[in-house]
Amino acid sequence: MAWLEHEAAVSLSADVTLSTMGSRAWLLEAPGDFSLAAQRRIWSLANRLADCDDVESLIPGVTNLLILLKRTPIDADAFPRRLREYWQQAREIHPQGRLIEIPVHYGGELASDLQTVCRHTGFTAKEVIRRHHQGQYTVVALGSAPGFGYLHGLDPQLATPRKTVPSLNMLKGTVTIGGPQTGVSVLTGPNGWNAIGYAEIEVFDAGRANPALMAPGDSVRFLPERIEL
Amino acid sequence: MIEIERTGALNTVQDLGRHGFRHLGVSVSGAMDPLALRAGNLLLGNDENAAAIEVQVFPLRVRFHRSTAIALTGADCRARLDDVELPPWWGCRVEKGQVLEMRYPRSGARGYLCVAGGIDVPEVLGSRSTALRGSFGGFNGRALAAGDRLALGFPSARAFARDGAGIEPPELAMAEVFGAARNGVVPIRAIPSGEYGLFTADHARFWQQPWQISRQSNRTGYRLCGEPIHPSHNVEMRSYGLIPGIVQVPPAGEPIIQLSDANTAGGYPKIACVIEEDLWRLGQLQAGQSILLINSDAKQAIVVRQAIERWLARLRDFSRSFTTVNG
Repeated sequence: MAWLEHEAAVSLSADVTLSTMGSRAWLLEAPGDFSLAAQRRIWSLANRLADCDDVESLIPGVTNLLILLKRTPIDADAFPRRLREYWQQAREIHPQGRLIEIPVHYGGELASDLQTVCRHTGFTAKEVIRRHHQGQYTVVALGSAPGFGYLHGLDPQLATPRKTVPSLNMLKGTVTIGGPQTGVSVLTGPNGWNAIGYAEIEVFDAGRANPALMAPGDSVRFLPERIEL
Repeated sequence: MIEIERTGALNTVQDLGRHGFRHLGVSVSGAMDPLALRAGNLLLGNDENAAAIEVQVFPLRVRFHRSTAIALTGADCRARLDDVELPPWWGCRVEKGQVLEMRYPRSGARGYLCVAGGIDVPEVLGSRSTALRGSFGGFNGRALAAGDRLALGFPSARAFARDGAGIEPPELAMAEVFGAARNGVVPIRAIPSGEYGLFTADHARFWQQPWQISRQSNRTGYRLCGEPIHPSHNVEMRSYGLIPGIVQVPPAGEPIIQLSDANTAGGYPKIACVIEEDLWRLGQLQAGQSILLINSDAKQAIVVRQAIERWLARLRDFSRSFTTVNG
C-alpha cells in the first residue's frame, strides 16, 4: 500500500470537491483515488466538525463526508469557505481502533457465489478463501444498512463485479465480495454482492447505547472457523 | 389504549424521525408528511414530535379503550367515528368504546391519526419511528396488525374543550408558497446537486417533462417514469452519505427520489435534491400521479420555511384558544 500513501501525500494540497444536497447539506469529496490516507483526513475533518454548534449530522462515506447543518445558512458562501479551510488544516489521524475477529464458515450452502468468484478470479475455491481470510481489513465507514462496515483491504485480485441480478433473500451474516470490497451483510434481503461464506455475528443492536459493533478505524480479521468445499 | 381492529399491510407508528444515528447506517424514517404530523400534534397540545399512526394502506379501523382527543391530518381519509363522518384536518374528542375508521383517501396518500399524549411506544435510538428495514422502533419494529394494542402517552395539561375544530390544509393556508397542481401535475422544488453538470444535454428534459411516480414507490423512495436522462459519461461513485429528497439517476436513466426510509449511503450519480420544505407534498402523492421538478435554490427554501413556521405558530395560538387547562 506504500504507493497509495505516497500518492495521497502528493495530493495534500489538492482541492476538494464540494456540492450541496438541498439547502443545508454539503458533500465534501477528497481529491484523487481511494486511499486510507485520504480516509484518515476525512475522519479528522469529521472530528473537527463534530465540535461545531451549527452542525446537525455528519455522515462519513468512502473518502467523502456529508455535513448537515441545523439551519440553512443565510450567507451561502461562508460555510463552504470554512469547510475548505478545515480540510486544508486536517491531518491524517490514526484512531486507536479495536481488532474485531469474525469467525467465518467459508463455502457450503450459503456461499452461493463462491464458484462465480473462482471463475472471475481464476483461483480455486481454496485459494479464494485463503486470500480472503489472510487479508487485514480496516473499517472505512458505516452505512447503507444499520452497522454495515465498508471495509478496505480486500486483495485486489479477489475483486469480482456485483451481480446483475441480486439474490433476493440473502441471509444476514453472509460474507460477500462486491467489486473491490468485502463485507458482512447485516440485514436479510436483496443483495447484489457475491456470497462466499457465513458469519454468526450481530453487528448492530438497537437496544444498546452504542449500537454498532464496528467503528471507522477498527481492524477486522476473518477467521476460517470452518471450510466446506 | 387503542386497539387496531383492521389495518392494511404497511401502516406504522412514526414521529419526526431518528436523526442521531445516520453515521452508523441508521435511516431517518419518520412521517412522510412531517407537516401533517406537526400540525396534528399542535392541535392536540402535544409535542410536535409525538408519535402518531401513519396510514398509507386502507382501511384502518381502531377502537378507543379510553376517552381522549384525536387529530386527523394529511390525506382526506373519509374518516368515520362510529357513524359520524369527520372532515379532514379535524380534531375532536373521542369517548371510550368508539370506533374510528379511515378509508381510501379522496385526495392525498397518507393520513395521520394523532392522539392526545401521542402513541406511547418505547423510544429506540432517540425516536419512536418504525425502522421497517432494521426491524426496530415503532410498535415492536414492525407494521401494525389487527389485534395490536397501543398505549397512549399522558396528554398535556390542556384538554380538548370543544366538540371539534378544523384547520385549513397547508396547501390552502400557504397557497402563496405552495403552487397549485396544474392539470394534476404537482410542482416540486429541487436544487441542483453533485453530478448535475454531467447531465447538461438532458437538463431541459429533467426540468420540463412531468415525471410520473411509478408503482414501485414506497417510503424508501419514489421511482420516476419519463423520458430517461443520461450523464455525458459514466462515473464511478464511491459510496456517499445522502439525505431524504436526493434525486439519483441509476444507469437506466429514470430518476429515484430517496425518501424517509432511504439508506444513509448510496452510489448512484445525483442530479438534484428536493428542498425539505416540499417533501411533505411528495409524501401525499399516490403512484400514478405526476410531478414537475422546479429548479430552485436555498433562498427560496428559506422563504418557504419561514412561511411554514408562521403557519405552525398560528396553529399553536389557535389550539391554545380552545383547549382548557386541567386542574
